[in-house]
Amino acid sequence: MKFGVVQFPGSNCDFDAYHALSRAMKRPTVMLWHKDHDLRGVDCVVLPGGFAYGDYLRVGAIARFSPLMQEVQAFARRGGHVLGICNGFQVLLELGLLPGAMLRNKNLKFLCQHVHIRVEDARTDFTRAARKGQVLRIPIAHFDGNYYAPARALKEIERRGQVVFRYCDADGRVTDEANVNGSLHAIAGIRNEAGNVLGLMPHPERASEALLGSTDGRAIFESLIFSLERRRPSRRPAARTRARHD
Amino acid sequence: MRVRILVSFKDSVLDPQGQTVKNALHTMGYAGVKDVRQGKVFELDLEGVTRKEAEALVPEIARRVLANPIIEKFEWDILKGR
Repeated sequence: MKFGVVQFPGSNCDFDAYHALSRAMKRPTVMLWHKDHDLRGVDCVVLPGGFAYGDYLRVGAIARFSPLMQEVQAFARRGGHVLGICNGFQVLLELGLLPGAMLRNKNLKFLCQHVHIRVEDARTDFTRAARKGQVLRIPIAHFDGNYYAPARALKEIERRGQVVFRYCDADGRVTDEANVNGSLHAIAGIRNEAGNVLGLMPHPERASEALLGSTDGRAIFESLIFSLERRRPSRRPAARTRARHD
Repeated sequence: MRVRILVSFKDSVLDPQGQTVKNALHTMGYAGVKDVRQGKVFELDLEGVTRKEAEALVPEIARRVLANPIIEKFEWDILKGR
């Protein structure tokens, strides 16, 4: 499978994501420029962290109007896989591909630290290499990660099981203290209804090699690779069977 | 025509920056300040736009770009011109 990492002016985790996907996960990865109109045949689009367009106006607000994001939107609507990390998550919220919005962290501080997140659903294409209830240790680095959705929308999100990750302590307990940015329901990551779009505030690419202090982020990339590559070979056996009869 | 658009958090949304300003004001002794809400102000110069057109255009721009309707509300008025 092929990954594509979108670059906006102000992206600053684009090469981290590229490194994690191409070197740590050893999968073909291309950079996609925000002004292009072509997704270059990628199987999964990754929106990296940073400050796209300087986060002027609101986080993610301007990035959503870039030409490439119109392609990403169409790609997602066709069922293409999109992973938004940190600022990428904020862009997906502004685009409306994921429900809700981000507010400033509850303590009004930029938070740059390792956190624990609990896998709430291990059946998604982004988490099937993990276990339900598994605790991942992954860093965050953001000012606006305080997830908000109006009460009714939040109820729907929970009812549909769209919460994929919640902030928790090292033992997997969701506490007020562990919910560092004040997100409603301690939400760290959500998926869309169809399950092909995921956004999360923690940075799995910064936890993809032992040298970085944690390899827990690999679970997300491994899940994607497993989900997308397993689907393809599943079509191949039929072809192989035919070839054998020839 | 010059219009001013004021974007602020909906009443149902917690505004931590406004709270911090309020706390600072209380510390300074302004005990009468009951609440503070922080927002953003935009001034738009519109050319070749009638008042009637502005009444459709400005809310559209505010809803689509300047405010995030999930968390923010807006109000606007005309500063200059007609």
